[in-house]
Amino acid sequence: MNRTTNKFQWTRKHLIGIKDLSVEEITYILDTAKGFENLSTRSVKKVPALRGKVLVNMFFEDSTRTRNSFTLAASRLSADVVEFSKTSSSVSKGETLLDTARNLEAMGIDIVVIRHSAGGAPVLLSRSINACVINAGDGYNEHPTQALLDAYTIREKRGSLEGLKIGIVGDIAHSRVARSDIWAFTKLGAEVILVGPPTLMPAQVNKLPVRVSHSLDAVIEELDVINMLRIQFERLGGNPFPSVREYSHFFGLTVERMEKAKKDIIVMHPGPINRGLEIESEVADGNNSVILDQVANGLKVRMAVMFLVSQAAANQDTEIKTTNPS
Amino acid sequence: MDIVLKSKDITQIVEKCAKWISDFPASDAPIAIIGIRSRGVFLAGRIAQVLEKKTAHEIPCGTLDITLYRDDLNDPHSTQQPQVRSTEIDFDITGKTIILVDDVLQTGRTVRAAMDAIMEFGRPQAIRLAVLIDRKGRELPIQPDFVGHHVEVSPKHKISVSFKESDDIDQVVIE
Repeated sequence: MNRTTNKFQWTRKHLIGIKDLSVEEITYILDTAKGFENLSTRSVKKVPALRGKVLVNMFFEDSTRTRNSFTLAASRLSADVVEFSKTSSSVSKGETLLDTARNLEAMGIDIVVIRHSAGGAPVLLSRSINACVINAGDGYNEHPTQALLDAYTIREKRGSLEGLKIGIVGDIAHSRVARSDIWAFTKLGAEVILVGPPTLMPAQVNKLPVRVSHSLDAVIEELDVINMLRIQFERLGGNPFPSVREYSHFFGLTVERMEKAKKDIIVMHPGPINRGLEIESEVADGNNSVILDQVANGLKVRMAVMFLVSQAAANQDTEIKTTNPS
Repeated sequence: MDIVLKSKDITQIVEKCAKWISDFPASDAPIAIIGIRSRGVFLAGRIAQVLEKKTAHEIPCGTLDITLYRDDLNDPHSTQQPQVRSTEIDFDITGKTIILVDDVLQTGRTVRAAMDAIMEFGRPQAIRLAVLIDRKGRELPIQPDFVGHHVEVSPKHKISVSFKESDDIDQVVIE
């Protein structure tokens, strides 16, 4: 059953962030995700690839899209899914993250999908347990599967990210999506322009491989892709801008502003949308919007990631078995 | 390195296979061809082309990637990792006679995986198996309905099939 010779070998059993990935690795995930393309349209929307595997969704923060996407992706691959949430678990009784994870692992978990408010929680977890760890968002650090689905969506529309100018607009400081996007887009050859008020730019933004602009009007004409971020009111401290109306006036994507943009500009949003704040409804539902494609592609990318990490884990296990025969 | 089949032999086999299919009784279900990635796809395409000329009917032709149906996903004996690629079957297979096409039949495991995959697209009337090369080493009770060429070699040899579409040359060699 072998024939195709691939030069590239995927070897990671965890997906922690995009920053550590090579261009080949990112491309390999996107290519693999392409293989899952038609799964959603056939009569049996399931493949047996992860049959008998158990995945736990450990979400310490709220989520609808990401969590459901991971659950559905796992079911399409025939894995069993255990749902875990902070409020209905022993975490509310004071159990630590590692103890919780080890306990779940003792029940025979193969893949842990984790979202946590603390940046670095997934790395910590990956060092302490045997199961595969997939980061579904950690603090302000990374949200790798979101960046992968964003890159997949752009690639699907344009063939490649090479040479594209991609604007990421809004609350960059509190956005893990922005961080992962920056790494993914620049590695794949795009130029990233961060747009937002100075108060919403991350510290040491000059160390990132990006250009910064504080005026959306100044850059909108040159953008091929615009990714509108949500203002994360739950994370905002102090007063980063005078009023929501003022923010919306300067940084909202309105029909009027769209007229200045390229005709084929791709409008993205990681969701959830605050309609009328960072994006007007007409634009969010308009012809340039790929917001729902992003959601659909999220499923493919997450299936690809689950498949690849669990293959890498299986390969490592056989290597251990063959090197130390016990 | 022995050359088993040359370009003209492969062309003849494709013709023979198309004839075998066109000789199916007219009462049978409509034909569709599905090639297994990667080399089976080219073979399937060629057979469909010849068959279309012969019958002046359009023959639906699809592509199947069996990676997600492999039986060794949890137990890879090699570090050789299969790449998932797309399956493209954009016609309804229910009620059709599916000609499943692959380059080399050895263990039968690929065909087992392919049949499982096909069943998830619908309920074909029948599945027939056509292969270019049949070699020894079956591990499952699967036999082909059409064989282009039988090869008897020991398991340590590798049969390498090349097609113009991907390898610039049509040939089958034993290495």
